[in-house]
Order: sequence, then C-alpha cells, then structure tokens
Amino acid sequence: MLSYIFKRLLVAIPTLLILIVASAILMHAAPGGPFTGERKLPAEVLANLNAKYGLDEPLWKQVLIYLKGLIFHFDFGVSFKYKDRTVNDILAQGFPVTLVYGFWSFVVATALGVLSGVIAAIKQNSWADYLVLSLAIAGAVLPGFVLAPVLVLVFTLKLGWLPGGGWEDGQWQYLVMPVIALSTAYIASIARIMRSSMLEVLTSNHIRTARAKGLPEWKVITRHALKPAMLPVMSYLGPAFVGMITGSVVVDQYFSTGGIGKSFVDSALNRDYSVMLGITILVGALTIFFNLLVDILYAWIDPKIRY
Amino acid sequence: MVSASLRGRGLESLPLDEVKGRSLWADARRRFLRNKAAVAGLVLLVLIAVFSFTGEWIAAWSNEEIDFNVIGSAATMGMPSFENGHYFGTDDLGRDQFARTAQGTRVSLMVGLVGTFIAVVVGTIYGAVAGYVGGRTDQIMMRIVDILFAIPFMFVLILLLVMFGRSMVMIFIGIGLLSWLGMARIVRGQTISLKHKEYIEAARASGVPGWKIIFRHIVPNLLGIVAVYATLLVPDMIMTESFISFLGLGVQEPLTSLGALISEGSKAITQGAMWQLWFPFGFFVVTLYAFYFVGDGLRDALDPKDR
Repeated sequence: MLSYIFKRLLVAIPTLLILIVASAILMHAAPGGPFTGERKLPAEVLANLNAKYGLDEPLWKQVLIYLKGLIFHFDFGVSFKYKDRTVNDILAQGFPVTLVYGFWSFVVATALGVLSGVIAAIKQNSWADYLVLSLAIAGAVLPGFVLAPVLVLVFTLKLGWLPGGGWEDGQWQYLVMPVIALSTAYIASIARIMRSSMLEVLTSNHIRTARAKGLPEWKVITRHALKPAMLPVMSYLGPAFVGMITGSVVVDQYFSTGGIGKSFVDSALNRDYSVMLGITILVGALTIFFNLLVDILYAWIDPKIRY
Repeated sequence: MVSASLRGRGLESLPLDEVKGRSLWADARRRFLRNKAAVAGLVLLVLIAVFSFTGEWIAAWSNEEIDFNVIGSAATMGMPSFENGHYFGTDDLGRDQFARTAQGTRVSLMVGLVGTFIAVVVGTIYGAVAGYVGGRTDQIMMRIVDILFAIPFMFVLILLLVMFGRSMVMIFIGIGLLSWLGMARIVRGQTISLKHKEYIEAARASGVPGWKIIFRHIVPNLLGIVAVYATLLVPDMIMTESFISFLGLGVQEPLTSLGALISEGSKAITQGAMWQLWFPFGFFVVTLYAFYFVGDGLRDALDPKDR
C-alpha cells in the first residue's frame, strides 16, 4: 500500500510542476503584457512598471523566481491591478468561501446520488426507479449556469424564500441555492452510475450466497453489495470534484458569494495575470491532490488493484 | 455475410438477390431507427439546425437592428408578439430575440461541431498511434494524457482566451485541443484490441507500412465507437462554450451564443422580462437532450456489447 501511494506521488508531483511551469511560461509568452490597456502608456512608464514587477528579466529567470517564491515561501506574487494586495491575500479571502459551499455540494451530491441510485436499483422498474432515471436525465442538461437563474426566479422572485445572492459568512439561507446549482448535475450522474453498478453487483455470486444463507435484504445491500458497487462512483468523484470547482466560477458570478471564482473572472477581465495564474495553480494542485486521494481510496476498497 | 457463408458451403446456385447481405452499417441503421427516442432526437436536431440557419431570414428584424420603439422599456414593451414582428420578444437594447436566438444557436452548434471535429481528429490519431505502436512509446504518450487530464481544463481555457484574444478561432482551437484526451484513451484501448486481429497481422506480414495499417485498417474499424463518443462530445462542447460565454469571456458582440443569451436573460428576469431567459434556455436544453438521445441511440446501434 505504502509503495502504491509513493508511486502515485511520484506521478502527482511532476504533474503539478509541469502545470506550474507551463502556465507561467504561457503567461509570460502571451502577446501584450498586463499593462497594455485602452490607454497607451509612455515607453518610460511601461519600462518602469516592467522593472518593478520584474518583467524585464529573461523568461527563464522570471519563471525560476516565481517557482522559488512559490515552493519556499508559498508566495504567489503580487497582483498587477491592485497595488496593495498580494495574490495570497486574494486567495485567502476567496478560497474559504469556495471551500465551504464546495464541500457541501460535494457531500450532497455524493449522498443523494448514491442513495437514489441504490433505491432505483433495488426497486428496479418501479415508479421510484423511473423517477430517479428521469431526474438523472433532466440533471444531465442542467449545468449550474443554466440552473442558477431558474432557481433565483423560483425561490427569490416568485416565492421570496431565499436571498438572491450574497454570502453573510455562509449562513444556510445563502448556501442553499449555490449548493443546489452546483450539485444537481452530479447527483444525476452519480445516481445513474450507482444504479447500473448496483444492478450489476446484485446479480453476482456473493450476493446470491448472502441471500441463500438467509440474511435480510437490507443487510445484503449494506454489508455486501454497497462496497463493490461504490467503485465506479469512486472513480467518478475525481472528475466530479473538478467539475464543481469549475462550476464555482459561475456560482460566484451569479450569486455574488465572493469565492475564488469571482476573483478568477475579475482577473481574467482585467488581464491580471498573476492572480489568474495563482488560482489556476491552486485549483490544479487541489485537483491533483484529490485525484491522488481517490486513487488511494480506490486501491483500499478494491483488493484487485495491484500495488 | 449470409451470402458469403452460403457460398462457402457450395450453395452458389441459390439466387443471390433473395438473401441479400446486410452490412454492419445497415444493421446499425435499422437498430437506430427502431429507437424512438433517438429518432426523435435526430428530428429535433435537424429542426434546430434548420432554425438556426434560416431563422435570420424568417425574422422580421435583423439581429443587429435596434427597435427604437422598445429600447429602454424592453421589460414592458418588448414581450413576444406577432404584431411588431418580435416573435421571441426583444432584449434590453431593443434587438430582436428571434434573430438573436437563431444566431446564438448557430454559433453554439458550430462550436460544438468544430470543437468535436478537432477533438476527434487529434484524439483518434493520437490514440491509434499509441495503441498500435505500443511499448514504451505508448506508455509515454498515455502518461502525457494522464498528466493533461489532471489539469483544470476550464481555467486553462479561460487563461488561453484572455491571453491570446477572445476570437471564435481561439475558442474552437482551445476547446478542441483540450478535449481530445478522452477520445485518445478510448481509441487507444480499441486499437489494442484490434491490433492482434488476423487481418492486421496479414497486412503486416505482406509488408504494409505502419502508418498505412493505422489509416487503412485500424481507423475505419474505430469509426463506430468514435461516432458514438463524438456525438456525446458535442453537447459537452456546447456546454463548455456556453459556460465561458455566460461568464462574459466567450464570443463577443455582435456575435452571440446560447450561453451569452442565457447570461443576458438571467439578468433580465429581475425586471420581469422572462422571455429573454426562456427562449435561449429552451433551445439550450432541447439541443443538449437531442444530442444525448442520438448519442445513446448510436451507442445501442453500434456497440455490439451493450445489445
């Protein structure tokens, strides 16, 4: 097991490094710097600005300085637009917010998805099964950015139950709609995956044995069927996590929750490269770490994995 | 096939036109046509495509024309009506929603199709080469795919768009180039299973060069699975493009796409201009549904395992 984790780490770390170096190079190689705007700056001012932010150094040196700061001081550099804020400040402000509603969306998606998938599989071809299946199909075409305005329309404008946006330190009223918008598509996918894998597991020999020895059905499900049936869901959790982080951009934009998604879009519109780069790297690192976690969990559940 | 085996048994005297052989594709077509949901999806897609290409001719207003009667009071006067020729109403600037929706649908479809085309070409060639050559080359090529898979694709895409300009071409290239990975994996797996078939060995034994085997004998036999996956890729692409446009980072005015229209509509609902959301929303959802059903139908028709 330890050697397996080590082997996975051996892949994860270079991946992260490649991501950092590639996006840093990309950033510096892009036509037009962060200071090319509507108003053309005089050449001397531009030169001064470039010197201040170290943009006059050769490319390899800039990347090296950036890497050094990042690895040894966890320093993402300074924002090109806000003179008094570092990228670390911006990340520290937005990231906890994203983490809170991201966590809840993830929990809700996994719990509801697995639960409804299991119910659909046990009661195959019943009304419950058809309900889950049709909801799963509906969820597949409702990404957050399509669902969010509809939610606001219903819950804020028509019913007046929930506030249409804001964060307020994550009180539950402000959390409900972002979580629904983010998790619906994944509830649908997880339910569909869970249903089909559960159906497959239920026809396998060890389940027949468990039933034959007279175990009550719920025990057969929880004790013997659930774990192997979870495996395909497990491997979907990585992509689902990435999708939710991506979706947070829309949530921040539409519900004004103020997470890193908001900072990302703002920096994209302002060409604030260092903030964009910082967020991309942070999200990339998170993705890689999460995939690693899922792989390890998978290996732990499935004894057939060789490590 | 039938006639060939009959002939093999020395029954050439049978009148051949009575037992006409059915090709694999004809078989698949029959199975596809029997699937009502898939056929309905296909019909819907054709209708939507026709609408998107002819809608601007049918429309009473061009998509860039401003109706000065409604500008400024779109929420009260811009609702859908046949009298003033705005079948889908107008947006806040007094532009005709019917023409805009047609234009947006066309742009979204184009992004979906062109992006998929790029992903299919790159992914198929990459996967086929990796699978056919095998060994160390295969390992390195697939490790690269693994690494790229761990990169938060949407963030990098936005990074690319901001740095190299937000043009249609860049969107095509960005979406296409970042989404060939899944295709490459599928094609590689399929190629490996084809590689040891007798007809490939025969080709190799008679001295056909490797690249010719790949393009003559392997790629044509991958078409089925590639077609299925490509159909399911199109809605993903449309979703990606709409996501970016929703954030205001995608196609730029006067061009529009379904995502951009949904974004505008989602802001207009607070003033009560529901039609600005519902029409693009409807086209988005129906288009995606149609693609999913066609994809599912194709999978059932072409994938012999799932029959």
